[in-house]
Amino acid sequence: MQRAAALVRRGCYPRTLGPWGRGQSSAAAEASAVLKVRPERSRRDRILTLESMNPQVKAVEYAVRGPIVLKAGEIELELQRGIKKPFTEVIRANIGDAQAMGQQPITFLRQRIHLTSLSLLPERFCACAGSYSASQGVNCIREDVAAYITRRDGGVPADPDNIYLTTGASDGISTILKILVSGGGKSRTGVMIPIPQYPLYSAVISELDAIQVNYYLDEDNCWALNVNELRRAVREAKEQCDPKVLCIINPGNPTGQVQSRKCIEDVIHFAWEEKLFLLADEVYQDNVYSPDCRFHSFKKVLYEMGPEYSSNVELASFHSTSKGYMGECGYRGGYMEVINLHPEIKGQLVKLLSVRLCPPVSGQAAMDIVVNPPVPGEESFEQFSREKESVLGNLAKKAKLTEDLFNQVPGIHCNPLQGAMYAFPRIFIPAKAMEAAQTHQMAPDMFYCMKLLEETGICVVPGSGFGQREGTYHFRMTILPPVEKLKTVLQKVKDFHIKFLEKYA
Amino acid sequence: MGQQPITFLRQVMALCTYPNLLDSPSFPEDAKKRARRILQACGGNSLGSYSASQGVNCIREDVAAYITRRDGGVPADPDNIYLTTGASDGISTILKILVSGGGKSRTGVMIPIPQYPLYSAVISELDAIQVNYYLDEDNCWALNVNELRRAVREAKEQCDPKVLCIINPGNPTGQVQSRKCIEDVIHFAWEEKLFLLADEVYQDNVYSPDCRFHSFKKVLYEMGPEYSSNVELASFHSTSKGYMGECGYRGGYMEVINLHPEIKGQLVKLLSVRLCPPVSGQAAMDIVVNPPVPGEESFEQFSREKESVLGNLAKKAKLTEDLFNQVPGIHCNPLQGAMYAFPRIFIPAKAMEAAQTHQMAPDMFYCMKLLEETGICVVPGSGFGQREGTYHFRMTILPPVEKLKTVLQKVKDFHIKFLEKYA
Repeated sequence: MQRAAALVRRGCYPRTLGPWGRGQSSAAAEASAVLKVRPERSRRDRILTLESMNPQVKAVEYAVRGPIVLKAGEIELELQRGIKKPFTEVIRANIGDAQAMGQQPITFLRQRIHLTSLSLLPERFCACAGSYSASQGVNCIREDVAAYITRRDGGVPADPDNIYLTTGASDGISTILKILVSGGGKSRTGVMIPIPQYPLYSAVISELDAIQVNYYLDEDNCWALNVNELRRAVREAKEQCDPKVLCIINPGNPTGQVQSRKCIEDVIHFAWEEKLFLLADEVYQDNVYSPDCRFHSFKKVLYEMGPEYSSNVELASFHSTSKGYMGECGYRGGYMEVINLHPEIKGQLVKLLSVRLCPPVSGQAAMDIVVNPPVPGEESFEQFSREKESVLGNLAKKAKLTEDLFNQVPGIHCNPLQGAMYAFPRIFIPAKAMEAAQTHQMAPDMFYCMKLLEETGICVVPGSGFGQREGTYHFRMTILPPVEKLKTVLQKVKDFHIKFLEKYA
Repeated sequence: MGQQPITFLRQVMALCTYPNLLDSPSFPEDAKKRARRILQACGGNSLGSYSASQGVNCIREDVAAYITRRDGGVPADPDNIYLTTGASDGISTILKILVSGGGKSRTGVMIPIPQYPLYSAVISELDAIQVNYYLDEDNCWALNVNELRRAVREAKEQCDPKVLCIINPGNPTGQVQSRKCIEDVIHFAWEEKLFLLADEVYQDNVYSPDCRFHSFKKVLYEMGPEYSSNVELASFHSTSKGYMGECGYRGGYMEVINLHPEIKGQLVKLLSVRLCPPVSGQAAMDIVVNPPVPGEESFEQFSREKESVLGNLAKKAKLTEDLFNQVPGIHCNPLQGAMYAFPRIFIPAKAMEAAQTHQMAPDMFYCMKLLEETGICVVPGSGFGQREGTYHFRMTILPPVEKLKTVLQKVKDFHIKFLEKYA
């Protein structure tokens, strides 16, 4: 409780609202929850209850699949049962799952995975889908990943020994954080995360009982990362904890900004100065739409800054099969590249990973195709290129469409969607709506999103699930539905918003 | 180790991965039917979408139906089924939720010695208290309730024992619990208010004709409502073992019984942070619980392959047990189930000294020498736990029969030389 209060004081995103978006005092909520057990069953008290469970787990929240999504599920069931609504389907614009929204898998990728499952292995592909692989991942896949990184970074070499295949990027991120967190009291590890953030970070920090240290992205400047803000955050954090880790998401989620090269250099310099372990979440590296922007990997920039940095800064970079043009979320494929880790730590890392044996081999196979796609001259190259360009072109078009349409709506302001897969527009919530939200014991943006869901069937995630500056409200919506559907969705949101403003004027 | 995958399973997986093949005449209709069913239940009809965090709905229904059939009609509710990334994921998730408290009220987790070291590893990670109960080597690794009582009584002085983990069939020990024993354990858990974890991943690996697999769920239900309404239980299964051996897919499920509804909500919330288990693994699990039935096109080949794998394993289990017991200084309990031999080895005093010089546990020293001299890699008993002063190693029975015979002969030769060297 004290830590929660301290976080709120430090301007961290409000954790006064429990997992159901309702205000609650922990103890009271727990007590009332326990009393709700139906009395008609004469059974003993359970061993495992909200009171007896792991308090760190209880504190975990993950808005992307949180209460509003549960509500969307309920509404879908009601629709199935024939209950009349002002809409005929729920549109799940809450999660970055492209194929669920109709995006087609890349043909070549699926052909290769299917060959793996029939044990008809291409010569150089030395994995068998049904066996456990090495805990670090199939060797030749790690080599392919290293080769990909080297090509991507214009020749900056990558060592396969520094590559770890993971069960999605989430697995790698949480494993590294787990190893990093230590200490107690004022020397408990502090982990710096952007606000707004992808709530895996806050969830893992909760689970690990680490200290969340927020740094605010600058909404008025396209969500730019300002090193002065990093300095402010670390300075204040040092009074409460031992800040040791700096997490960057580039391109950003939910904010969609693509960091400039200069900004990345500044961040690396800051991490070097303050002795921070850098986590670079780069899962959207293939999703860059703005013609003025380019993806620069932290690894490459670090290397190009010269040996004082490239030999010293400890860095872990993450990639995934779930995003990009692949959208293979269900395969849970991912990798991390670690730089300048102590050899004994690498040993500890493999040891920790070995307890879960290995990541799914089909996901590793998917990752292999991502890093080793058809090249010019190969039979599948043309179709592959066509499919890839089609997906990325489509996403870029939808990004612009979304940004433009939202910016036409009075009371909505949307920063440019430079990359990733989301819009994170700011919404103006009138005072009367704030009061209504309070009556319902909800955050104002949760109230807004619930009404949006109930009236239009569109499911988006309130900004409070990602964090935002006090007094500002947002929601995150994906740009993944097909173009025509997306246009309909945007129109409905616009209509809803205008009515909302009128209703609560 | 060369065991062939079950054809039907891989056909369905191929169809799910590359649905264009649904038009191909090379695949049987029953495989296509299952693939279509799975795909229709997936977002965008694709294995590439995230599923619900609890797992694809119709697969959970299939799992519940399987459990009901397996348990002779004892009903399973799909809402109590959670698909997981291998059984390891489910076990560590449940333990994570269970562990709380501090100092003398830190959660104690009772585990068998010898154990599968996932348990001790997760207990370490969670900073919970490991509470050992010893299986009885002189009685085929039987579980003795008096020993459970001893363990919990002593533990209460140090911690708050809250969880009791059972592995049945056992790993590394290979024993299959009798029904009576399971009832005794359930009664003990009810008495002492312990949350039961039943690791049943080897439920398809039972070789001894005198043994039968009884699920904890079924026995609990058949013990009547005082038990079946109160005892909190989580049971685990996997695609990695059995006759399937689909380790790389990381498929698994857990069935939870009598969990507080709010805890189930917390469980889904925790699982949602990792989004979902690999959907290809979920699909593999679906085929395990929903295999071809008599009358279906693929039934004969499926049955043949399944019987072949299991028959082979049973033969190798007996072979291994018999051969080890012929070696002076090795004693091997019957391999009633699972996939391992866990023979006890006699280590002469001089070898103990040599081990000490090398700063190794005596059985680690033995296993290192075995590896260096024969290339055979086994795991020392100290990695699983054993009674003080006893030494073991765990070896799988998975190499093909001829190779296994060679391996066993080499181990025998090595052991005799080892005894002579350190006499």
